[in-house]
Amino acid sequence: MSFPATRLSVVERTRSRDEETRRVALAAIIEAYWKPAYKHLRLKWSLDPDEAADLTQEFFASALEKEVVEKYDPARARFRTYLRLCLDGFASNARKAERRLKRGGGVTLVPLDFETAEGEVATHEPAVDADVDELFYREWVRALLERSVADLERHASELGRPEMFEVFARYDLADEGETRPTYTAIASALNLTAATVTNHLAAMRRQFRKIVLERLRELTSSEEEWEAEAAKLLGRRR
Amino acid sequence: MISNRAIDRLLDAASWPGLDARYEITGVAGYGGMGTVYVARDHILDRDVAVKVLDVADLGGLRARRLQREAHILARLDHPGIVPVHDAGSLEDGRAFYVMKLVKGRRLDDLLRDAVPIATRLTMFDRILDAVAFAHAHGVVHRDLKPENVMVGGFGEVYVMDWGVAQDGGSDAEAAVVGTPGFMAPEQQLARDVDPRADIYALGMVLAQVIGEAPAPLRAIADKARHQDAGGRYQKVEDLAADLARFRNQDRVDAYRESPAERLIRFYRRYELPILLLVAYVVMRFVVLVWRGI
Repeated sequence: MSFPATRLSVVERTRSRDEETRRVALAAIIEAYWKPAYKHLRLKWSLDPDEAADLTQEFFASALEKEVVEKYDPARARFRTYLRLCLDGFASNARKAERRLKRGGGVTLVPLDFETAEGEVATHEPAVDADVDELFYREWVRALLERSVADLERHASELGRPEMFEVFARYDLADEGETRPTYTAIASALNLTAATVTNHLAAMRRQFRKIVLERLRELTSSEEEWEAEAAKLLGRRR
Repeated sequence: MISNRAIDRLLDAASWPGLDARYEITGVAGYGGMGTVYVARDHILDRDVAVKVLDVADLGGLRARRLQREAHILARLDHPGIVPVHDAGSLEDGRAFYVMKLVKGRRLDDLLRDAVPIATRLTMFDRILDAVAFAHAHGVVHRDLKPENVMVGGFGEVYVMDWGVAQDGGSDAEAAVVGTPGFMAPEQQLARDVDPRADIYALGMVLAQVIGEAPAPLRAIADKARHQDAGGRYQKVEDLAADLARFRNQDRVDAYRESPAERLIRFYRRYELPILLLVAYVVMRFVVLVWRGI
């Protein structure tokens, strides 16, 4: 099985006494949140790209030093909300101090590709009619889904059935034009039958839901928070 | 980077219900508070149906209980104004669902934005009353009546929808107060368990929206239905329906104390033709008498 049945909450694992477990958990949090944080600083705080990149690095380094993550109280807010509030407080203090924003002590647990993130900001399909707080959520969802899609592709590859992911990608991931390709068109392009396309798509969607929910479980601190985030993510959207 | 449109598609993909081969999902009919309603093709009976599916599995939780209770209530309430349920179960991922008749039409709140004649509006409201009265007769209190929860079909058929927070029997397992602000009776805002008069309050609020600017007796009927004190309301839906019928027949309504002038006008309107014929006869007789030189 390529994917663990239940991923432990990384938020919980940051409280582990084992240094390596903590380090890996914090790296997972940074991986999930750095891009939403960077974009939040660029768009809400109107920082230029260098300032936003520096402050993002500094924020996560500071979060580690001050054990910000470990101080999180699930009873008071969702972890996503808590981290955004911490980021806003951090940015506010930095602005008040009117100091040059410097890199966060050279501590980089995961390589942060700010160049790509900046390219995304520049070509941002605006979440334009969403407010900036909603933008943070949207970017968090985007990051979650990007990682889930990568997991799904890996899953299909490990099954030795990459064409299953290809069907999913062509139908549910491709966004050229307003209309989706028909099952028949996908079948023809991949040399499959339409029935096989239907079956592959159903199997991939089931697996994708499973992956998304497991990823979400990893990023939340309790069953209640997971359920609330899942309902928000997969619930009413329009 | 995944585009915004791709995000929506991926979330739809993650929510897609993997039903068995009998039901083929063909679209989304709407998004509700706890689930999504899909349009599906029932390949066995060769017809379109609606499938309500929970957004998350919520095994044994509040949402699952509500959906299952809603399915059971719909199955029990066999009435033309209540959508029939055809099937129910759980998906492979644990999400509860049920299959019901696909209602094609418009929500009442949307319909009321059009210039619909008052007589048509009252006819639709009568059909709502009929469905709610039927539910009350079977021990079910809806608890969330509002124009958004009423569908009107192309031929004027009316369906009362969304029975997910209904109270079935004397009490239920809801952990909190349920309903929609603006339509909840005062006692419903304070307690979990209510009696049918809470629905009558909501019906009064709905009636006020249905009639808009209306004659005083009609407004009085809505006001009586939404009286703050349950004892001051109509005690049964049938009483409300009867008062509305009196208004339509231009009889005196219980909810309104009319002045002698209003009574005279109402009397004239009700018997307008006989009165005009009588007056014409009297005038003609008078003219004939004058013409004959009395």
